[in-house]
Order: sequence, then C-alpha cells, then structure tokens
Amino acid sequence: MKSVRYDAIVVGGGHNGLVCANYLARARQRVLLLEAADQVGGAAATESFAPGFRVSSCAHLVYLFDPSISAELKLADHGLVWSAVDLPSVALSQERAVLSISSDPTLSAGEWMSGEHKRFDALMARMTRFASVLQNLYTRVPPRLRNRRGDIVALVQAAWRIRRLGRDDMRELLRIAGMNIADLLDDELNDDRLKGMLAFDAVLGTRLGPRAPNTVFTWLHRLVSRAPAAHGGIMHPLGGVGALCDALSRSAQAAGVEIRTGARVESIMCDADRVTGVRVADGEEIGARQVISNADPQQTLLSLLGARELDTEFVRRVRDVPMAGTAAKLHLAIDDLPTFVGVDPEQARGRLVIAPNIDYVERASNAIKYGEYAPQPVIEITIPSLHDSTLAPPGKHVLSAIVQYAPYTLRAGWGAHRDEFADCVIAVLAEYAPDLPDKIVERQLLLPVDIEQRYGMTGGHWHHGELGLERFWMWRPTPGAAQYQMPVEGLFLCGAGCHPGGGVMGLAGRNAARAVLATARP
Amino acid sequence: MNEPHYLQPLLPTPFHSRTQAACCTALWSGWAGYQSARCYTHVEFEYFAARNQATLFDLSPMIKYRIAGSDSLPYLNRLMTRDVGKLAVGRVAYTVWCNDVGKVLDDGTLFRLDDNEYLLCAQDRHLPWLQDSAIGFDLEVEDVSERFAALALQGPTSYAIVQRMGFDDLMSLRPFGWRRVKYRGAELIVSRTGFSGDLGYEIWSAPDQAESLWDDLMAAGADFGLMPMGSDALELLRIEAGYLLPNADFMPADHATRASRGRSPFELGLGWLVDFNKGHFVGRRALQAERAGSGRYTFVGLDIDGNKPAHESLIYHRRRELIGHVTSAMWSPTCKRNIAIAELQAGREAMLDDLWVEIYLKKELKWEKLMVRCRVVPRPFFDPPRRLATPPAAY
Amino acid sequence: MPARGLIRARVAEISPPLIRQQFPLMLSYDAIIIGAGHNGLVTACYLARAGLRVVVLEGNPYIGGATVSRELYPGFTYSNCSYVCSLFRPEIFRTLDLPRYGLQVIPYEGSVTMTRDGGYFASFVDHDANRREISRFSKRDAENYDRFSHEMSRQCRFIKKFLLTTPPDPTSFKWRDLKDLASLGAAFYDLGETQMYDTIRFYTMSCADLLDQYFESDVIKGVIAGSSIIGTALGPYSPGTAYVMLHHYMGEVDGTIGAWGYARGGMGSIATALANALQAHGGEVRVNAEVNDVIVKDGRVCGVALKDGEELHAATVASNLDVKRTFLNIMDERDLPAEFVRRVQRFKIRGSSGKLNIALDGMPSFPQIPENCPARRGDMHITDSMERIERAYDDWKSGTWSKDPYVDMLIPSQIDPTLAPPGQHMMSVFVQYAPPRLASGDWTDADRDAFGSTVVDAIGAYSPDFKDRIRHMEVRTPRELEAEIGLTEGNIFQGELTLDQLMFNRPVPGYAQYRSPVEGMYLCGSSTHPGGGVMGAPGANAAREILRDLGRKDGQL
Repeated sequence: MKSVRYDAIVVGGGHNGLVCANYLARARQRVLLLEAADQVGGAAATESFAPGFRVSSCAHLVYLFDPSISAELKLADHGLVWSAVDLPSVALSQERAVLSISSDPTLSAGEWMSGEHKRFDALMARMTRFASVLQNLYTRVPPRLRNRRGDIVALVQAAWRIRRLGRDDMRELLRIAGMNIADLLDDELNDDRLKGMLAFDAVLGTRLGPRAPNTVFTWLHRLVSRAPAAHGGIMHPLGGVGALCDALSRSAQAAGVEIRTGARVESIMCDADRVTGVRVADGEEIGARQVISNADPQQTLLSLLGARELDTEFVRRVRDVPMAGTAAKLHLAIDDLPTFVGVDPEQARGRLVIAPNIDYVERASNAIKYGEYAPQPVIEITIPSLHDSTLAPPGKHVLSAIVQYAPYTLRAGWGAHRDEFADCVIAVLAEYAPDLPDKIVERQLLLPVDIEQRYGMTGGHWHHGELGLERFWMWRPTPGAAQYQMPVEGLFLCGAGCHPGGGVMGLAGRNAARAVLATARP
Repeated sequence: MNEPHYLQPLLPTPFHSRTQAACCTALWSGWAGYQSARCYTHVEFEYFAARNQATLFDLSPMIKYRIAGSDSLPYLNRLMTRDVGKLAVGRVAYTVWCNDVGKVLDDGTLFRLDDNEYLLCAQDRHLPWLQDSAIGFDLEVEDVSERFAALALQGPTSYAIVQRMGFDDLMSLRPFGWRRVKYRGAELIVSRTGFSGDLGYEIWSAPDQAESLWDDLMAAGADFGLMPMGSDALELLRIEAGYLLPNADFMPADHATRASRGRSPFELGLGWLVDFNKGHFVGRRALQAERAGSGRYTFVGLDIDGNKPAHESLIYHRRRELIGHVTSAMWSPTCKRNIAIAELQAGREAMLDDLWVEIYLKKELKWEKLMVRCRVVPRPFFDPPRRLATPPAAY
Repeated sequence: MPARGLIRARVAEISPPLIRQQFPLMLSYDAIIIGAGHNGLVTACYLARAGLRVVVLEGNPYIGGATVSRELYPGFTYSNCSYVCSLFRPEIFRTLDLPRYGLQVIPYEGSVTMTRDGGYFASFVDHDANRREISRFSKRDAENYDRFSHEMSRQCRFIKKFLLTTPPDPTSFKWRDLKDLASLGAAFYDLGETQMYDTIRFYTMSCADLLDQYFESDVIKGVIAGSSIIGTALGPYSPGTAYVMLHHYMGEVDGTIGAWGYARGGMGSIATALANALQAHGGEVRVNAEVNDVIVKDGRVCGVALKDGEELHAATVASNLDVKRTFLNIMDERDLPAEFVRRVQRFKIRGSSGKLNIALDGMPSFPQIPENCPARRGDMHITDSMERIERAYDDWKSGTWSKDPYVDMLIPSQIDPTLAPPGQHMMSVFVQYAPPRLASGDWTDADRDAFGSTVVDAIGAYSPDFKDRIRHMEVRTPRELEAEIGLTEGNIFQGELTLDQLMFNRPVPGYAQYRSPVEGMYLCGSSTHPGGGVMGAPGANAAREILRDLGRKDGQL
C-alpha cells in the first residue's frame, strides 16, 4: 500500500465539491481538490462566448444557494457580491399585459384578475410551509429504512415535522405531493399567464410536462428557496454565477484546501473494497483515505471507480438512473437592448418567462418523449448585463435563455438541426421582442450534449440525473447510495446527483462533508 | 415434431429420436424448456444400473454459457464467490454465485476451456444477470445451450465404456478434469464430472452428432450393462451424493417473492466456495458482514429411523420445538439408510442430539403421523472410493 | 365527532325491529343503498347477512351499473361496460357464496398483440411457450420477463393485504388509526430494506421507467404498458402509471395472481349473483327507482326521496354513486361543510376511455395471428411500442379522441356459448383514449360516430372482413357512459387512480374511511379505497364500517 498523503481528495471543483472540501478542511482534514478544467466552478461558471461578452454558462440565476453556507463559509468576505437580489419573475404574454411577481408580494404589479392576487398569496403561503419541511430534509443526510437508532430517529423527526404542520396542512401535503402541477394550479388559480409561469417553474430541468404526476414535488423543490430558513428570492452574483464559485474557491483555500486545476482524475483506486486514492491523467497516483466525488453518480461509479468494484444489482440501479438532460442554453450577444413588448425596465432586469399557459408548456413537453425538440419551446430569459456591467461591453448586452425541451439525443441527429433549433428559439423570442433578431451580434447554443462535453456531466443533465419524487431523499441517486457514502468504503458522492439535487444549492456538498466526517469518527 | 411453441412448448433435445424410442413409460417432464424423460423403464432398475453398471442420461437441457474475452477471468472472479484464478485450463469447478446481499442465485459447473474462454453450465437461465455483470468488462457472454448435445455417462462401468468407445487418454483424467477426444472426425469434450456422486463422465458434442453418439455409446455399453436413465432415478443419486438442488433445497434468491427466502453460501454449507482474499466479488460485503455475525440457517444430512422417506417433513427438537424442515429425502437402497437433507435454524447445535422428524404416511389410504428420531450425519451419504480413483478401474 | 358515539350507543341498544316499532312511518329500512352497481350490491349483501333490512335503489331498469350484461341486439348479450373479471376479491366471492347464486368465472388464455409490421406477439399461460414467444423479440427480455414477474408478484403480495382494509388516517391519533398504521408499517418493514425502497419508488414512478429497467424490445414494452393506462388519463411515460399497472395485475383467478377471466353470461352475471345472494338474505332491490335527494335532518341522514316523490327512510344510507354525484347532485351542499364540498369539487374524475360493443355474424379473420394460436381467445391489442400508446395519450390531452387508439378487444363468445347465437360472435372493444369533453365542446352524436369509425377503421386495418361482419354496433364515449350508468365524466374507476387519490386520499383526505360529514351517510363505490375495477372491495369495506358504527362486530369479512 502506498503512503496516504491526504485525508480526503475531492474530485471535481463544482460548487458542491468546493463546499464539501471547505467543510472538511474546517474539520482539520487535509484536503486536496482536483479539477479537470483550468478554473473551478464546473457548470456553475461564467465564460466568454463572444469577444467582450461573458455569460453564466448553465444556471444563470441563483435561487437555492443555502444562506447558512454563505454565512459559514464567509463568502461575502471572499468577494461574493450580489448584483441583484429579489429579481421579479415576469410572465410574457402576447394577448394580454405581462404579469410580474416577486418574492415580496407587495411589489406584485400588472393586470390581476379580481381576487387572483389573494388566491395566489394563499397558495404560496401554503406551499412555502410545505417547502420548509422539504428544506429541513434538504439540510440533512437522508436516513435509511433499517432498524438503527439514528435512522429511526431521523424518520420519526421527518414524520413529526410533517405532522407539526397541523392536520389540514398535513393532509394537503400528503395529497398533493404526488400530484401534477396543472391540476393544482387549475384548482387554485385562474390567470393563464400565472399558471403557465408556475407550471414552467415546476417542470424546469425535468423531462416532465405539467400534467405529469409528481410535478408538484418538483415545484416544491424550487420553492425551497422561499422557506424562511432559505434565502427567499432570485439573485444574481456580480460577475455571473461563476463569481459564486470564485468566492467558494477563495474561501476553501483560506480554510486550507489545496486546489489543483487542470488535473483530470482518470480513476478512483481501491483495494479490497476500500478506497486508496485517485490516479490523475498524467499517471500520477495520489493517496487518500477518502475520495469524495463531485462528478455525477454514473460517471463516478461506472467510469472513475468502475463497475468491477461494485455489485451487479447496484450497477443496474446506477445504470438505470435517467441521465438525459432536457434543457438547452441559448446565449446572445446583442448590441442594443431589445424591447420586450409590455415589459418595463424594472421588470426587464428579472427573469422573463415564455410559458403563456399550461397547455403551451404541456405541448412543448410532448417533444422530449419522442426525441424531438419543442418547436414552440418554453424559455426563461435573463439579461444580466442590465445589472452586471462586467458581462458585456458598455452599452451592449448579454441575453441568456434556458430553453426547454431539447433532447440529449435528437432522433434525427443534432448535426443539421442544431441551427434550425436555435433559429426556432430566436423566432419564438422575436414574437415577444420583435426587434431582437436585428440586434444579435453573436449567438451560442448549448445543447445537453454540449453541456455533457464541456462539464463532464453525463447526459448534460443539470441535476446530475433526473429529479423527481421517485428519485429524491433516500432514493437519490438510488437506494444503497443515498447517504453520500458509496458501497466501497471511503468513497463518497457530493454532487447534485445526490440528495437534495441540483440548482446551485451547496447542500449536497455540506451534507456529504457531514457524512464523511461521521465515518471519520466512528 | 415441429409444431409452433404455443402448441408444443417443450423442445425436443438432439437425442429425442433415441430417448423417445427408449422411453417405455411415457413419463416426461419439462426441464428448462426441453422434454426430459423422467423414467425409461423403471426407476429402481435405472437407479441400480447407475450404482452397479452404468447409465446414460440426456443432459442437453442444461443451460450453457460461453464466456470469452480478455477480461474473462476478472469477470468470473467478480461474479463467483470462489477464486476462479485457481482453475487451470482443462479443469472444471463447482461454483455458486450470489446477488448483492450475498444470497445464492444458482450453482453450476465452470469449465476453463482456454486461457480466456470458459463454459458455465447451470440448471436455469441467467443471461441478464451474466450480461449486466459484464458492464465494465471486456468480454462476451453467449448462451450456447443449443450448440451442445450432452450426455451423462455415470456408474462403475462408465470408464470401461469410454475405453470401449476408443476415447484415448482418459486414463489419467482426474475428477473435475476435461479432455477433448476425437470422435467420428470431430471433437468431443469429455469431463469427469456428474451429479451421481460416483465414477462417471459427461460428454459434450455437437448436436448433429447426438444420435450417432447415443447409438455408439449404447453399443459400447451393451457388455457393461449400460441403460438409459431418467430424471427420477437421478434425483435419488444426487441425494445420496449430498448435492443441493436449486428450487428443491434452496430458493434461488431472484425467484423469491419474500426477501427472507434467499440463502447465503454459508447457510447452504457452501462456505468453502467463498474466498474473501481474491478481491471484490458480488455479495462480498454482505457475506463478510454475515461471516462476522452468524447465518440464520444451516444445512445438514440426516439419518432417520425407520424406512419411510421423510419428504417435506418438519423437524422438531424434543418432539416439540420446530427448528427446521427436510428439503430432500429418500430411502437409500445403496446405503440401506433412510436419509434426508434438511435445513435447520442456525445456532441450535445443542439441540442436535434430540431431533425428531414428523412424517405423514399413507397406509392403504389411511394417513398416519409418525414422530421418528433422526441424527445429523455427514454428507455425502454415499461416497465410494472409485469416484476419485485415477486411473479408474473397469469395475 | 362526539355525536357518533351517542348514536351508535342508541342504535346498539335498540335493535332494528324495535326502531321500526318506535318510528313505524319514518324508518322503512335499516339501510338504503343508492345504486345497484357491484359495490352497492356487495355492501347490501354484507348488511343483509348481518340481519339488517336493506333495500338497493337503482335508477336504471336493470341492475349492475357498469357490471352489466344487456341484450342490445336480439340474440347477443353485451357486457357493454366492464368486460373482464380478475380483481373481484376472492374473499367476497366465498363469503357471499356467489357460485351458489350462479356465478362462474372462466380464466382466459393469454393475449395477443398485432403490430404495424404485420407481426404479432402473443402471451401464453405456459411458461415455456411464453418465454419462447418473447424470445422471438429478445432472448434477454424473455429471461427478464421472469424477473419482472417476480417483482410484480412482490408488489401484489404487499398490496393484497390492504385491499380489504380501511385505510388508516395518517393524521389521526385515534387508537384504531395508530394501530392500523402500525400494522401497515410492520407489513412494510417485513419487505426488507431493499424491497421497501423499491416499493415506494414503484408507487411514484412511470410504467416506462419501470419497463426500461427490464426490457429492450419496444413491442414487449408496449404490450405490457397496455395495462398501465387502461381507464387512466395518463400515458405510459407519466409517473404513477407503474401503480396503475399493478392495479391491473393484483387480481387473481383461482389463486393465479394476475390472471383474468370471463364471467359466464357476461359481466352482468356478477351483479345477478349478488342480487340473488342479497334476496336470499332478505334484502330487496328496486329498479326504476332513481334517487333524487338524500334527506338530511339535524346533520343526520334519515332517508332518500325518489324522483317520483316517494320517500324511503333509514338511518343508514350508502351511496354507490361516485363521490361527485353523491355529494354534489343528490345531496344538498348546505348539509355539508364548505371545505368538504370544495374538495369533492376538486376530485379528479376525467374519463379517458370509450367502448364499442359489436355483434358479428361470424368470427372476423386476423391474418397476422396464426389460425391455431390459442391466444386469440384472450384479449387482442394493436400496438407496437410505449411511444405509440403515449402518442394516443397526446390526443387526449389536446381534447380529441386518439386517432390511432390503443384497443383492448375481446371476443368472449369464443368460449362463452351464452353470449351469441352459434357461429356468431359478440365483440367488446375497449378504447383508450377518449376525453370527457372535446376541445370543440361537448360530445355530439356526430363526434361519437366519428369516434366509432376511427376505431372500426383501426381494427379493420388488421382484419379485412371485420367491417362486413358487423351486424350491430354500440359506440360509447365518456358521454354515453355518464348518461347511461352515471359515471361522472365517463371515468370507469369513479375517480382517477393517481397517488393524490389513493388510499387515505380517496376520495377526500379525512373522509377515506367510507363515512361522510353527515352522520349515517356512507360511500361504498369505487370512488373509495381501493378504487375501481370490478373488485367489490370498496363495497365490502364500507359494509364493515357501517356495521362497526351500528355496533355490530358480526358480519365481519
């Protein structure tokens, strides 16, 4: 056996890897973080896509990043500045005025149907209570269904938290948890624009349409940001999402984490069911007692570690995790601000959503089932340069759009259809901002397959694997691997593929660090 | 013969023309989707022929997988509980494989045909498991069942018969070894293996040679008392030999509806097939944990008073406390003992001195319950020196 | 609900005949069952067995509800709603001794699916025949089918225990609910850790994800996925459809889990046998007796008023109608808590199916299926893949019937000689999908006929002489199902089988134990746990709760 140099090696410097390494270092572990790219951040990066234009390559807003992590890791001290907080969400509409909502209900504006405002607030208040229960689960290592004290206590606590909502709320939560978002919204609200936008929120990053059961859960996942213990609001870091990772990186280094970029881990080594270290691309072997992987579960287990060290049924389970991404990113460099019809300048700073009604979202989702792209996609638009001057040359702007649904594998092959799809998206954008096409200087389309290639996320899936009621908590990424610790001793996962999933959150990293430390002191 | 599967679900084996002609009883059963004779003439004759002369048993329904490729050995070592690295070319090993939680999926025999080529023979089909276990390995798993016709030639005179067949070079063939032999311009594989616990061979040929092989063997065996044998007699032989049968003595873990029905190799008394020193294998972590604790069950051989077979009987301590059940039982005409294989709850060693078997017996249409004493005895119940003698005698 | 204890005590002290003596005019019966569907009849049977004076009131001139056989064309008996039998709980069968009252269930032999490329896939009861059939598509799938079957039997084994039990209320601290929750937990824990995860996931996942874990052949997946969408406004790619598949697997015929059978004489034989059993126990069935109102006084039910004005009185009323019809149509909203009414209004009951019942002057040919294949006598489908079924569902979502529908066809007269004249045949075609309302508005007769033509053309593409053999055809869209037998929106399960409407959520959280906010008013139809299908379990469970409230421990199931 080779001499052990590090207590822990973190493979991959995405935000979760950085968070995990940081917490381990704070617990006096000797930590090495290895990142294949030349900069840390993984998919939470800000990159240049045209001369002078920079953009957040994947996630372009931050909702869910846990404020306690920000505080504990002192990210503000390490350079994190928010260029905007509490950005409004604006539902674009061709027939009617746009509808704008923000986390502060009093700011709500636009044309509201009578009483709709009240209904919306009541719904959100209830959903926020539910999201708090979820938020609490999110900050903990999931228990296992077995007869051990810690597990039983955790299960009883979770049940008690649901019970403590009160009988009515508990009943409602147990009813709607597996329900589809379309029915819930139709039951509670009337405004098509509002329902369309909320339905969009529920299905963002998934392969489901709003009529698919379990989409209330995926909505709750996003609403965790509204839980009192979370931050509450849509934010944008100055310098793009990559700036968050820069701060995380500085904080980690300050805590003693050794960060090596340009070091692609080729394999995770193990001996007799125990991890011994990693081998990097140049052949160097680095020993460590523990290896924590920020890569997705399939890549970590089947590629880096290898199926040989695992059991067959477990390998099947990992193989069966749906990994195909459904969201594409369109980046536009524009030489002047486009005019979104009916959107005032304050609203334009926020996220503009093209999802005019539930049926529109549902129709868009049909395509993904058959390996086609949505000809009328749902789109979330931000123009971050409106509040962040670091992203574009003066007077010019960056438009960043998340476009759904785009399959990982287009049945007809992406080749020639890539531009066709980009044109299609721009045509839809032009329906809401007719002057946009003329202002485009440069465009970049990142399909799931591109995201896979750039950031090494299997399938190009934001969440490192489909997120849903059947794949959360004890089921994420798969039973037998849901407590961050993998079957091979000393190997852990810390990425979005684990509980609580994706969306720049950081909780998977912190939970994983806790799981690592729990095994370190038996 | 060639009716579609929905009219004739069971396939004929390559020996069908011969086995059908030899079968006087019209007793057939399905075995892995093939027609298999249960009995050709009389179970007792066939049984005694196997213990006294020799018998020919149609082994073709056995499921066979060819595993070939540069990763064959690491693959098999990850799949099987025993160390396949110790298996030399030309040798055969009895082996079991487990699921993730260390419960046995099936047992079988593994032939090492070449450095990177193996043949796995099992009673049941396992293609998905074998294929999914190959994820991350460079090799090919192929169901080659239909490429082989197979016969088991078992019994004291079996060596004399293969000699008469002109198969050279078998004199030095030790138990669990195999050789290629020339036969009518082609090659056969002859292995010194079998399910009878006696001297015997298994012969693996191409299907198109099946009929001539049967005829030649029957002719060569005419002077040595060779007769065809069906599965009913084989069942008696294997119990005497103390071999376990999946779906009779234990439930293959993936067939069980109740998770608790799976059995680990330790619980089946097959701990000697588990090697923890060869690196990772499927179920290793679970089995290590089990070894550290204790299994829930233990398999034993029983010698039961009287001569009434204890089929499906329950086993009691001091006639009162239920501590297990019989999985296979018979009156052994060779050992002249009433024997059984039984599963007992583990950790009951102190009780082994006072065991009782409850036997339900129909005497002229009237049922009676017997409580009969039994003792734990070592398996195999029947283990003649000729099984291992190399070179074998003509007997 | 403190009042219930009082009432129960009173009723327990005063036996039913005494109550009648005291209130000779007011109480004509001990219990009134609204609707003579199979569940209503089951409830009635159990109550009558326990000595109650029971009447079942049926609005139609015939009994059975959707469990019905009718001669709609001379010489032909149509099971014109439900058409096969599997889910009916064997415990009820035995307790009510239905075979004695004329019920015979005959298992059928496999099924067959025709594919677009001119091929077919059949399934067989014989394991080896079935394996070899699947092998024609994939050898691996043939073996994995066993793995899949084992998983389904594990799920069936688990759920079976809860079909004839009242769902506990997870929000309750009552002793009984806690005890029932604990026994549910114990049965769950008994599965073992891995199986516990798999079971929970099973209830939340899509049929497609489940099947992708086992199979590679599109045809095999398409064939199996059929049972995940029957009667359901979801496609095989929708989460929750794995459960719907289980709902169609958990039945049995003679102990063979997952087997399906025919009721000799059509599905109406089940209703007839139940009615016979009911009469043998002194119960009464009245047809042409449509209930207009449930009479409630002081928060307590006291009878019903029929359409013709007649009033019948009883302290117990159980409704076999779906939850919407019961509480929104025949009850007065003012008798119910507003929140309850709101929840009933939000109960999801969208229909998704249509039905064709056809009299044929001979056996139509299906050139794709071998002449001697026994699977012809089972159910026949047309599909190629889950995708083809999913696309049929897309039509439903956009408010039109499927242009390329998924059909479940049966010609039961091949083995049941009572259904059609010799040599002629009765054919039942279940069609998925048909929406409760079209994008263009409500269904019209022209829409219905166009829907019928779509289906006939779809079948005709696989059977050249099919159209010529049709002597009579009845086309039923959700509109007809609602109008004729009162299934709201034409939903065959009296409510969608999604997680938000199962177990303690069915039909309304807090009211899943067959009781309603009104004392003495119960639900006993498929709107309650464990849901739809000709199962009888809701009826039996409701009867048990009624008897419990009456202080009767007898009449237990």
